[in-house]
Amino acid sequence: MKAKFLIPLVLFLALAALLGVGLGLNPKEVPSPLVGKPTPKLSLPALDDPNRIVTTEEFLGQPWLLNVWATWCVSCRAEHHLLVELSKHGNLPIVGLDYKDDAEAAKQWLRELGNPYVVTAFDEKGRIAIDWGVYGTPETYVIDKKGIIRYKQIGPLDVKTLEEKILPLLKQLQEETA
Amino acid sequence: MIPELGLFSLILALSVALVQATLPLIGAARNNPAWIALARPAAFAQALFLFFSFGCLTWSFLHSDFSVLYVASNSNTLMPTIYKVSAVWGAHEGSLLLWVCILGAWGLAVAIFSRDLPDAFVARVLAVLAMIAIGFLLFMLFTSNPFDRLPNPPPEGRTLNPLLQDPGLAIHPPMLYFGYVGFAVAFAFAIAALIGGQMDTTWARWARPWTNIAWAFLTLGIALGSWWAYYELGWGGWWFWDPVENASFMPWLIGTALIHSLAATEKRDTLKAWTVLLAIFAFSLSLLGTFLVRSGVLTSVHAFASDPSRGVFILIFLLVVIGGSLTLYAVRAPEIRSNARFDLVSREVGILINNVLLLVATLTVLLGTLFPLITDALGIGKYSVGPPYFNAVFLPVTAPLAALVGVGALARWKSDRFGRIFKPLLVPLVICIALGFAFPAVVMGHFTIAAAIGMTLALWVAWTTLYGIWARIGAKTNRWQALWQLPRGFWGMTLAHFGIALFITGITLTSIYSHEKDVGIKAGESYVLGDYEFVFDGIKSTRGPNYSAMTGTVRVLENGRLITTLHPEKRDYGPGAMPMTEAAIDPGLFRDLYVAIGEPIGENAWALRIYNKVYIRWIWLAAIFMALGGVIAATDRRYRLVKVRDLQSDRRTVTA
Repeated sequence: MKAKFLIPLVLFLALAALLGVGLGLNPKEVPSPLVGKPTPKLSLPALDDPNRIVTTEEFLGQPWLLNVWATWCVSCRAEHHLLVELSKHGNLPIVGLDYKDDAEAAKQWLRELGNPYVVTAFDEKGRIAIDWGVYGTPETYVIDKKGIIRYKQIGPLDVKTLEEKILPLLKQLQEETA
Repeated sequence: MIPELGLFSLILALSVALVQATLPLIGAARNNPAWIALARPAAFAQALFLFFSFGCLTWSFLHSDFSVLYVASNSNTLMPTIYKVSAVWGAHEGSLLLWVCILGAWGLAVAIFSRDLPDAFVARVLAVLAMIAIGFLLFMLFTSNPFDRLPNPPPEGRTLNPLLQDPGLAIHPPMLYFGYVGFAVAFAFAIAALIGGQMDTTWARWARPWTNIAWAFLTLGIALGSWWAYYELGWGGWWFWDPVENASFMPWLIGTALIHSLAATEKRDTLKAWTVLLAIFAFSLSLLGTFLVRSGVLTSVHAFASDPSRGVFILIFLLVVIGGSLTLYAVRAPEIRSNARFDLVSREVGILINNVLLLVATLTVLLGTLFPLITDALGIGKYSVGPPYFNAVFLPVTAPLAALVGVGALARWKSDRFGRIFKPLLVPLVICIALGFAFPAVVMGHFTIAAAIGMTLALWVAWTTLYGIWARIGAKTNRWQALWQLPRGFWGMTLAHFGIALFITGITLTSIYSHEKDVGIKAGESYVLGDYEFVFDGIKSTRGPNYSAMTGTVRVLENGRLITTLHPEKRDYGPGAMPMTEAAIDPGLFRDLYVAIGEPIGENAWALRIYNKVYIRWIWLAAIFMALGGVIAATDRRYRLVKVRDLQSDRRTVTA
């Protein structure tokens, strides 16, 4: 057997090994350089009232969530009911960041599916989202009392992540002093 | 009851496939005619059971049987009948069923149209096809059963993804699958030749028409997908280097290489090991592509992560099929002896250059597509590459390919001289450059160097291709008769190569000379884009069978004369579905006028997206030329002749 005829097999096995490693990876876990850093600036009109400007300063002194969503995003729809549930329990403010979207469609969406957000900032062109390092939708940031990003979830929330990661973290953040 | 019959039939198909994959193979090895003879009836039975199963799922869709999970997830009672049918392959489970059904159909076709081939060889081919079917059937039955029942059936189903509720997309997957799966036949021929140790040129001759047909289907399938993306997504583009598109493009590139190397192998008894390898590659990439498309291996890892059992199964299957065949190749290929010699200037070298360039092009696409996975697996970080990468690496590889395509076809087999090939082409080359540079300035009214180069290349491909006809008949005394007697294989090649000229024209002109504008416009206002005036008459609510829509009316005037009235729509398929943009297009050979509705931006005012896409139809026209070329070449009479010689040579190898 000549070695050169083994080359395709070896290359394929390397590719298969790569795919095998890929099996164990979660592409949703994108490391965010923003974790542990103060939130980037947020200054956007509210979805339901363009005259109101939403800023991060409003929420200092309490842990809160920022959820990036859009009506064109299918996974956002999938996680939406969890956010609605979450908003019913506890006094955790969830702030929406509606990303590259149509205002009317977004309002319609909240009317149909329920509105878990204390306020939704409307980022029509996605400019602010760039500062926040938004990678795709949906994304959820957990922010502590001092305005430091403590956790970032890329991709839809699910019950497991909520129960094992986000809720315990929020509990811990509640106990921290501002 | 019907879904259970479908499932039962699927299990029967698996049982038959198990027989078909083993006994005929053993029979061929031991020269046992009875076992060899099992292959054809088994292929018939397997196809029958698969078709019946497919019919059961279709029946469940037509009767809106929402007790079947797959039906409830992808259909509802309001959907038009055609989409109830196309919903059968609208999602993962059903598309797998379509895949195996098409595999069954190809197997059936091989069983029917292989009467002239040696029985032992056909037995091996059908056994290999059955092995592939076993993998897919196991995958379906264990991880993706389309007939799963729901204990509490909902009164109404969800809807098929509105993006897929479109005639273009209803036939796109079957076309694509016929192409993908068709390469399984070429693959099976190659593997059968490796198993039988019969690696002379006969397998290549048998595999050629099948490969051509599969390639033609794949070409049309890809073109349909591109056309669909163009009018349905509302972005006005025709190719996005999306992983799913790449997944279908890679087997096409390798398939193209395979068609050419098969020609060299068959006619000149050369590049034999290489051709076998390409046949394995083409199908391997088809397999990879099928999974990327349907279970999202490439959103990949998304699907792996969401359902690890599917991911593991896929990987094992790929390992068995591709790893197994490459191992077989490593064992058998050294036995392949090539006696043919060829010179540096020859058709063989032309084909070799074609193959290398196409392989490099495939690897660049593969690298770009898998890049996010590679960097992630190596722990470098998460990066992905976009269209700039693909355009930057793809053009330098394909431009020389296009420049050489006509010339390569002019070269003689075995040995030729540069002078003989290029002497008659020098004057045409100058004319092509002159016309290519004149065209943008004169016809398009605006000169750019990119357009000039593109048009020169297109004219050069067209000329060298058409000159190929003259080169064949010019020296004959009766040229008309000679023209008439040119083989279909030659006409197929000429058509397909001419398609490349159309394609280059299309992409060059549409990417450089198309106009596009997003405008905010009120009812009654108009907007002038180039030579055309678009008058917006307003928007009203309309209803379709299963959606409500905002329908706009846009009149298009040219020099004050009405040329068409367009009705772009924004459709709402109800809660749970994304709103859909239906662009309205006035198609033409030289320009498409394209209007899509955006968002309302105030009192009676809407955002409209207006395009004038020039020559974009040429891109799909080119695909039709290529596909037609593939089909015509496949019907060449050389493939229909009974090859008694082959039968004898097969008998030798069976006993050997």
